[in-house]
Amino acid sequence: MANKYGKTSNEAARAHDTVMLTLAWLAVGIPLVWGVVETLKKAMALFGAA
Amino acid sequence: MAGFLGREQIIARPGFNRWLIPPCALATHLCIGQAYALSVFNLPLTRQLGVARSIAGDWRLTQLGWIFTLAIVSLGLSAALFGKWVQSEGPRKSGVVAAVCWGFGFLIGALGIHLHQLWLVYFGYGVLGGCGLGIGYITPVSTLISWFPDRRGMSTGMAIMGFGGGALIASPLSDFLMRHFASPTSTGVAPTWVVLGVVYLAFMLGGAFGYRVPAPGWKPEGWVPPSEKAQALITRYNVTPADAIRTPQFWLLWVVLCFNVTAGIGVLGQASAMIQEVFKGRINASAAAGFVGLLGLFNMAGRFLWASLSDKIGRKPTYMCFFALGTALYALVPLAGKSGSVALFAACVCLIISMYGGGFATIPAYLADVFGTKYVSAVHGRLLTAWSAAGVFGPVLVNYIRQFQIDHGIPKSEAYNVTMYVMAGLLVIGFFANLAVKPVADRYHEHSDPLGARGDRRVMA
Repeated sequence: MANKYGKTSNEAARAHDTVMLTLAWLAVGIPLVWGVVETLKKAMALFGAA
Repeated sequence: MAGFLGREQIIARPGFNRWLIPPCALATHLCIGQAYALSVFNLPLTRQLGVARSIAGDWRLTQLGWIFTLAIVSLGLSAALFGKWVQSEGPRKSGVVAAVCWGFGFLIGALGIHLHQLWLVYFGYGVLGGCGLGIGYITPVSTLISWFPDRRGMSTGMAIMGFGGGALIASPLSDFLMRHFASPTSTGVAPTWVVLGVVYLAFMLGGAFGYRVPAPGWKPEGWVPPSEKAQALITRYNVTPADAIRTPQFWLLWVVLCFNVTAGIGVLGQASAMIQEVFKGRINASAAAGFVGLLGLFNMAGRFLWASLSDKIGRKPTYMCFFALGTALYALVPLAGKSGSVALFAACVCLIISMYGGGFATIPAYLADVFGTKYVSAVHGRLLTAWSAAGVFGPVLVNYIRQFQIDHGIPKSEAYNVTMYVMAGLLVIGFFANLAVKPVADRYHEHSDPLGARGDRRVMA
């Protein structure tokens, strides 16, 4: 059954999932990458000393 | 409201993308992983009254150490007590409860800091927050294993990696917030805890509301469950939590986790002091802080990589690797220190810590293999008492051995050697405990029907 945009409900659900998937991974990925970068910056002091 | 949070309300529609579940699990674990970064508040909390420096009436470090200890003990106890409830009520309800406990734990703790009432901090962060830690830690485990029966290790490893990653975020974030709120009359810790509490509450609630459980009978497309003969330790039966703790396998795995954690804590707890004393004059406090950060990275990465590897080589061989390689590396650390090679020393310790993280991350999949998937959260919750025990006795053991050495005239740079050999000894015991893990006897299985007559088909079909 196509909706008013010509998409079937399965296609609409899949498109919704793709958007949600991107947002969800960005929401957890951005802080995690920030934390890793900050930690690596701090770890550089060890490589400098070694 | 309660119905809205229940398991029946979050059954996924057909075609639901299972990769939406790991970010929800990460949202929980990235927040509760802050516990590893609690020490950033230690020094500022010792000058709450004096602000610029400690004065009479200020809290001492020994008093503050109890906040973390209480949190870890509460983690283990709440995971053990509420594991069955988490399993039956589903991840959304338990995720919400974990978020409320963790978020309000911070807020009550902040009030305690503001009023300078340590018992409020103990209760808020230690007890209430600790319950949030325990419930939050086990919340995604069963759900992830249900969605990823083909990649149990990788999926739970990804979530538990978040627990390691949480400290990497919390440490610089807390530093930034404390500097922002600090003033001539305040260390800025109380407002920092308020911000963290609100942010963690919102983030964890977001994750909790994203959880879905698979519909009965769901399985990944094209996936065929492995036969029991092919992988002897992977059972298709289920063992109830009450029966699980009566099996020798449970207690062998308890020893496996406890000794792996104790050994890891032995290094983590004294990493900064250890590298400065072993390489005196070459490694300053800033470089040592960098070393601790590097360990955090390996702790996090090890959780994902080792748990993913366990899907390929099996859970038992993965732990064999932890214990055999770990024993060799612990024995090598004193030699690396004596050789004067910072790189070799750091490489050994980083690898050790990756296996410490890997041990945490691989255990849920190991439990699912041995006791079945139906009650894995509840069994996992009970096994986490091993973490509590290691969290209390590990640092005590390590500090006692070090002090004993120093009191008997051993130079500080060599005071860690015996500790490393004791840790290696613990890993040898862990090796044999893991070696002794065999499939659970038939009498402990819940049903004669291997798929479980009461709805386990959705997981094992």
